[in-house]
Amino acid sequence: MNNAFAVAGIVIKEMYRRKDFYVLFILTALITLAMGSFKLFNDDRIVRYLKEICLLLIWISSLVIAITTAARQLPAEKELRTIFPLLAKPITRGQLILGKFLGCWLACGMALLLFYVFFGIISGAREHQFPVFNYLQALWLHWILLAVVVALVLFGSVVLSAVSVNVTISFIVVVGILFVGRHLNKVALQLTEPAQSIVYSIYFAIPHLEFYDVRDLIIHDLPAIPWKIVILAGGYGACYTGLFLFATWLIFRRKALN
Amino acid sequence: MASPALILGLLFALCLSLGSALGSWFQGWSGGRNQSANVLNALIGDSRRMFANHFFAKADAYFHSGYYPTIFDSQKREEESHLAGGHEPAGEEGELHQHDENCKHDESDEPGHQHDASCNHDDSEEASFLGKPKDWIDRFSRNFYPVHHSHLEKGGERELLPWLRVSAELDPQRVETYTIAAYWLRSRLGKVKEAEQFLREGLRANPGSCEIYFELGRIHAEDLKEPAMARNLWEIALRKWAAQEKAGEKPDGFVFQEITGNLAKLALNENDFEQAIYYLKFLKQKSPTPDRIEAQIQELELKLKK
Repeated sequence: MNNAFAVAGIVIKEMYRRKDFYVLFILTALITLAMGSFKLFNDDRIVRYLKEICLLLIWISSLVIAITTAARQLPAEKELRTIFPLLAKPITRGQLILGKFLGCWLACGMALLLFYVFFGIISGAREHQFPVFNYLQALWLHWILLAVVVALVLFGSVVLSAVSVNVTISFIVVVGILFVGRHLNKVALQLTEPAQSIVYSIYFAIPHLEFYDVRDLIIHDLPAIPWKIVILAGGYGACYTGLFLFATWLIFRRKALN
Repeated sequence: MASPALILGLLFALCLSLGSALGSWFQGWSGGRNQSANVLNALIGDSRRMFANHFFAKADAYFHSGYYPTIFDSQKREEESHLAGGHEPAGEEGELHQHDENCKHDESDEPGHQHDASCNHDDSEEASFLGKPKDWIDRFSRNFYPVHHSHLEKGGERELLPWLRVSAELDPQRVETYTIAAYWLRSRLGKVKEAEQFLREGLRANPGSCEIYFELGRIHAEDLKEPAMARNLWEIALRKWAAQEKAGEKPDGFVFQEITGNLAKLALNENDFEQAIYYLKFLKQKSPTPDRIEAQIQELELKLKK
């Protein structure tokens, strides 16, 4: 496990040396502040639109950070040939994958924490209330989602040929699941066999990332989710993360590195 | 081979000549977006109208605190929209929803049911678009998005306004956006001045709109207590309505009832029975209850004779 953490440490260092996060954070902050500066109908208590815009930007930024960071990990090591000295050390391929995953996930978590602190400050300043418990839940669920996404992208990086292909396909899959994942069952019921069974199978097979999108609850100041449900959602995410990491290891362990 | 500086100079001269030749033509071209003062119009052209609907629906979703059908529940979407029913029909104060044959409310809701956070719609209404969970994923996912029907209240209605503003920016010809925003501004948020300003903005984009004139008249009658101004505006609204009908545009008959009904009410308040009868006769033509209006006319005629 120490080996995995050592690899994770390198990934985190790489993350804060790169400019991606800073650019996305500044963009998010600038757009949110610009939107917040509008005084609509002389009413400065309008806040939900600002929360919606800020959360949308946070979601876009976090997905960009997670997918682009995870997608280049293994291909970059191969391209720069640093994977050979790395694997020459007493580290297994499984530990390397786990380390890469942990590094990306922890780096995303740190970025997410900063984003949510900014969100809390902005909404608190306008709303004069700070539901910490709800924000922590949203942050935690968002982070779990990123674990599944990072694992999925790592899997893509050993299956797909190029980083750009992996990034594009991952974005399409993740955004597709977020938009239509919840509704596939309704779509299936309107179809005839065998299309119905195929769509229903997809519905049950895909990781339901929309579980972790609780933006509407935050925007509309709705009550927090029971912790039992949050823990179950965490378990569900952990299963899919484990599944993707295991599949990545299965392919990577016998993959030629040349 | 000519020197690179010469080629560069020639290309630059060519660009300059073409630029000046095309520039004057482009300025006069009717399809050019640079003439528009609106940034959104310059950026996305007429396609902005497509998005106006989305933002209008978003305002409705906000009114229901996020409990709103998606495109996958589109069949129920029209039936569930309460925002469009934001007007109070004349003489039915507190009625927020224009009830019609599409309404799916319980019988107990009628009449005069006022939608607010205290609304106690039963689960059967919720089930109308969510339905019972179809599987465990569906059941579990309902913990993560709004599943209870509620409405904004106590000034929370202000949260709809940004989306209505965006919708109006995207499609200035959508009259409904102005009248609905004005309704919430004046009736729930007490922002009469802002409501009037927004309606006048709408009027600049839609000078022939009887609905906007009617709403302006309501502001003057109900909030500013200026009956003379209200009457003038409603008379203009009536003329605009008639002009639309004459042009074969099929204007909304409900608006006609509202205008004539309010004009009659105004005349009654001023004990001008003759004028009231005049407008009630108009109202009778389009009213779903002409007998009731006729009885009212006869009653007024009796008063007039006395």
